[in-house]
Amino acid sequence: MSILVIAEHDNQALKPSTLSTLAAAAQIGGDVTLLVAGNGCAAAGDAAAKAEGVAKVLLADNPAYDHEIAENMAALIKSLAEGYTHILAPASANGKNFMPRVAALLDVGQISDIIKVESADTFARPIYAGNAIATVQSLDAVKVITVRGTAFDAVSAEGGNAAVEALSQVEDTGLSRYVSEEMAKSDRPELTSARVVISGGRGMADSEHFHLLEKVADKLGAAVGASRAAVDAGFAPNDMQVGQTGKIVAPELYVAVGISGAIQHLAGMKDSKVIVAINKDEEAPIFQVADYGLVADLFTALPELDESL
Amino acid sequence: MKVLVTVKRVIDYNVKVRVKSDNTDVDLNNVKMAINPFCEIAVEEAVRLKEAGTATEIVVVSLGPQAAQEQLRTALALGADRAILVQSDENLESLSVAKLLAKVVEKEQPDLVLMGKQAIDSDNNQTGQMLAALTGMGQGTFASEVKVEDGKVQVTREVDGGLQTVELSTPAVVTTDLRLNEPRYASLPNIMKAKRKPLETLTPADLGVEVKANTKLLKVEPPAERSAGIKVADVAELVDKLKNEAKVI
Ligand SMILES: Cc1cc2nc3c(=O)[nH]c(=O)nc-3n(C[C@H](O)[C@H](O)[C@H](O)COP(=O)(O)OP(=O)(O)OC[C@H]3O[C@@H](n4cnc5c(N)ncnc54)[C@H](O)[C@@H]3O)c2cc1C
Repeated sequence: MSILVIAEHDNQALKPSTLSTLAAAAQIGGDVTLLVAGNGCAAAGDAAAKAEGVAKVLLADNPAYDHEIAENMAALIKSLAEGYTHILAPASANGKNFMPRVAALLDVGQISDIIKVESADTFARPIYAGNAIATVQSLDAVKVITVRGTAFDAVSAEGGNAAVEALSQVEDTGLSRYVSEEMAKSDRPELTSARVVISGGRGMADSEHFHLLEKVADKLGAAVGASRAAVDAGFAPNDMQVGQTGKIVAPELYVAVGISGAIQHLAGMKDSKVIVAINKDEEAPIFQVADYGLVADLFTALPELDESL
Repeated sequence: MKVLVTVKRVIDYNVKVRVKSDNTDVDLNNVKMAINPFCEIAVEEAVRLKEAGTATEIVVVSLGPQAAQEQLRTALALGADRAILVQSDENLESLSVAKLLAKVVEKEQPDLVLMGKQAIDSDNNQTGQMLAALTGMGQGTFASEVKVEDGKVQVTREVDGGLQTVELSTPAVVTTDLRLNEPRYASLPNIMKAKRKPLETLTPADLGVEVKANTKLLKVEPPAERSAGIKVADVAELVDKLKNEAKVI
């Protein structure tokens, strides 16, 4: 078996989701080639060469892959696909964007968001907001797969010594043009790989009060998350949304504050190791999954928590 | 400008699905069905483009069982002009749906295809990207804002870390995220009017597409249940438990 893994990176380093995807590749078994595509991504290519279990790194460093525009990424991956039995990418915003395009160009299906490798062609994945786990067997010659990072323990970022091959061919479709981006700036850990996550919901009432949460987060070294309702109301930016259709997190500790626990929210956090819920409604469904529940008004509980840490 | 919108018939988002006791699938018997919420957002966006004078015609398409007519009628009541049902009782996987839609696109020649980013049943998040690939169109996925100007579509996308804006030439495929708009409710007069709007039924054979399975579903199981833990009396007890019992802070 021969596996092509598409790296998620920031041009300088690999994102943790790449290391989790490499872990899934290792479970499938076979030679692993890691593709690093971007613009000015040579440093990420060097980092890729050190990752555990990587036999070879392909480096596609060209303005055509700036911001990993899906049309060009898919054309590139399709051009490299021959000879691989599996193509894997993290189920990140980028991976979700270009991988189905790759699958269609190869005339195969895609298996999205796998949480378990049963065998080289059989995988488990959540469906219906995680209320059911489907085990599916791929019938295609090439398996195109996205991997849920939280479901696989990352391989080591060090210890490997793969050769880096720079690709000369450039796939520029001209179908889409990057215009701009607006990234939320934060010194806190990244949400999907943080050890502790503290999330606020509609109960936070407004963005002023959302800062209460950020103070506690900083004391805990935590990432901040939010429910959809909190994002829709403008208390928090979109990329903080935890849930079925937002980010999937599984930290050591998840603290849900003023969040009711709708199935769509639970889908994004119920694999956390320890769950704490703070909610003034003792009937809130979030308490059904919480290891420690505190029935309290968050406007008194959060400042108290802040003090006692 | 002509807009093609797709809608999928799925379980209502408020319903918690159950797994069948023989673990072959989930049980959808007597379960409330609805338009996939992301598709509803796509319909709303199309209607707003028409109200703004940008779109001239909205064609809504669904692929699935005959009962999906209900969802098409809802879309017509929300403002679509006519509907196409590609009827099939088979389990249509994303690639087959994309192939069927590619044929509909060939027939209808839309300038813009609006789709939901994912269906809340399979949670695949694939079909829009696949359709874009098969038709050679650009794609603006996970859209939170769509602006159409002189043959170009600017799409602001919800990505990891924030928002990204891309520009696509038309025709293009756009898939919706939650923040794109808040769908309206259909009014009673519009529901009545929708009954008289045209609804055409086609089969995969009419479109010359052979529906193929790319995967085989081996089993469906309920997820590991989490049991409720304990209630703590106050913040002090919570902090104590987290430090000394769970040892996570
Ligand atoms: C297609 C679709 C996709 C979705 N995807 C997601 C998703 O990815 N993530 C997500 O989170 N949601 C998602 N949702 C939305 C989801 O259904 C819920 O609407 C949402 O999670 C509710 O957010 P909430 O818990 O903050 O708000 P609410 O349900 O309104 O709960 C607020 C909670 O705060 C408590 N509260 C209020 N004031 C206080 C106080 N002073 N002190 C203590 N507690 C207080 C209340 O008791 C209540 O339990 C999706 C919905 C749809 C239709």
